[in-house]
Amino acid sequence: MTATLTRPSAPKEGRSTARSAAGRAARRAARRHRPGYFFIAPALALFALFFIYPLVSSFIQSFQSISGGETSWVGLAQYQRLLDDPLVAQSLFNVFLILVIQVPLMVCIAIGLAYILNQSWVRFRTGFRAIYFLPAVTTLVAYSLVFRVMLATDGGAANQLLGMVGMDPIDWLNSEGWARVALIASITWRWTGYNMIIILAGLQAIPAEQYEAARIDGAGRWAVFSRIVVPQLRPVILFSSITSTIGALQLFDENFILTGGGPNNATLTPVLYLYKVGFQQFDFGYASAIAWLVVAIIAVISVVQFRIMREKS
Amino acid sequence: MQTLRRSPLYVLLAIGAAVSLVPFLWMVIASTHTTAEIFSTPMPFLPGGELWTNLARLQEETGFARVMLNSVLVATLYTVFSCIVSAMCGYGLAKYRFRGRGLMLGGVLLTMMIPGQVLLVPLFQMMASVGWINSFQALILPFLANAFGIFLMRQAFLEFPDSLIESARIDGASEIKTFYRIVLPVARPQLAALVIYTFISQWNSFIWPLLMLNSEEKYTLPVALNTMVGLSRVDYSGLMLGSLLATLPLLIVFLLFQKQFISGLMGGAVKG
Repeated sequence: MTATLTRPSAPKEGRSTARSAAGRAARRAARRHRPGYFFIAPALALFALFFIYPLVSSFIQSFQSISGGETSWVGLAQYQRLLDDPLVAQSLFNVFLILVIQVPLMVCIAIGLAYILNQSWVRFRTGFRAIYFLPAVTTLVAYSLVFRVMLATDGGAANQLLGMVGMDPIDWLNSEGWARVALIASITWRWTGYNMIIILAGLQAIPAEQYEAARIDGAGRWAVFSRIVVPQLRPVILFSSITSTIGALQLFDENFILTGGGPNNATLTPVLYLYKVGFQQFDFGYASAIAWLVVAIIAVISVVQFRIMREKS
Repeated sequence: MQTLRRSPLYVLLAIGAAVSLVPFLWMVIASTHTTAEIFSTPMPFLPGGELWTNLARLQEETGFARVMLNSVLVATLYTVFSCIVSAMCGYGLAKYRFRGRGLMLGGVLLTMMIPGQVLLVPLFQMMASVGWINSFQALILPFLANAFGIFLMRQAFLEFPDSLIESARIDGASEIKTFYRIVLPVARPQLAALVIYTFISQWNSFIWPLLMLNSEEKYTLPVALNTMVGLSRVDYSGLMLGSLLATLPLLIVFLLFQKQFISGLMGGAVKG
């Protein structure tokens, strides 16, 4: 009680009154915003423990070699191994194949479907959209298993259907070329509808006046599509392509279930290779180096995406 | 006449729809036949009568009810806690101007750009060193803080008027009460999308549970299904039935909540 009575006397000068008032306001504002720490605390603690610490640990381990419980520093030797390892090159080549074949194929189909299903005269539009999206609802492991069973060489559904039209059975999962076709077909089945919905949202953002203006100017249907729709969709198409590319680099579930990376590593991907090196051979140092290779590639792709996006806008 | 002229287009759309649906139909057909029937020529085109036999065998040989229960349990717990963490952090970042906020925001953005696979080795070692291998907390805890969820919730809260928060404060409501009574209900659509996204990401999660779980009574659906393929004599009809059962809950949620489901799966690419 006495404390309140014997408050420090009021400042004599006007200037310092203003300053201390400002100081009080700042302190009050700081106090007012302090609960922010309470709200971010759980996320911050989790990130520190389960993201930052492992990230640093992984980076350190990529410069180490662990064998028989002995940890030793090896400098850049693990990264040197990456350069010399034919399986790393093979896995990147496989991703490159998916990148140049599967991604354009899927994005083109998705654009076509989105464009058609955005036309108001098409009947059962919403029904078709839902059906095309359905594959994206499946569990990755479950759909990969279904494809594995359908693509069985002896009596699988795919070969039975080929037989009905008089074609010879194909050894889908055991020949290098066909295993790649099978993997590409599976991923395309799973993700086309998903990308269609993204592109559809982009289409709906194009103002209707633009179409009408083009129509009045006498532009045909193809001209409208190629001159107005596609250029406007560029950011969305870029987004779809980039996420699909990053997805291909991180591919694991599908090829693990379908082919296990085979035959002859024709469907090996960097993450599947990381899994094999890290958790079948327990070579943690080298697995960490592979992981950082994937990080580096994805970082480059993200930077390129950011650059292109900024140039466009 | 219009429709007739456009019929080639509808044929094309129908073929596409058939391609989308065939694997689903095949799952249903295969899980209602015996393995021998699935691979016999000609293959079955209609559902058979073996569903209950397959179900009983699947339960007997893999304890599938337990597996499904595990998946439901892990995904539910993960969803509840992860969404709480995301909503809290999103609110903190949207409505408070504390020191280090920019740093936190940048950090969250960074976690979105770094592929999770880089964490596999150190997290595995960490779980091994605390003896959490083959436990549910090892599946749930490490991935509770989710950058996408935090951003989604922050975006949702940014639009909320500060004046309403201020007046709740003047009325004497605590900060926490203001958050879950006044602010959170307004973000219900985004929260619904986040719940669906979070649940599905855990339900589908494969590589991490594959590394963590090593006993049958702990298996989640994807791990159990993968183990069935590794057996010397694969029970293909049981496998297809298991795949169907793993997909069915997602299918039902999709049909009931299409809009939230799509915006959840899109990861913020499309506004719901």
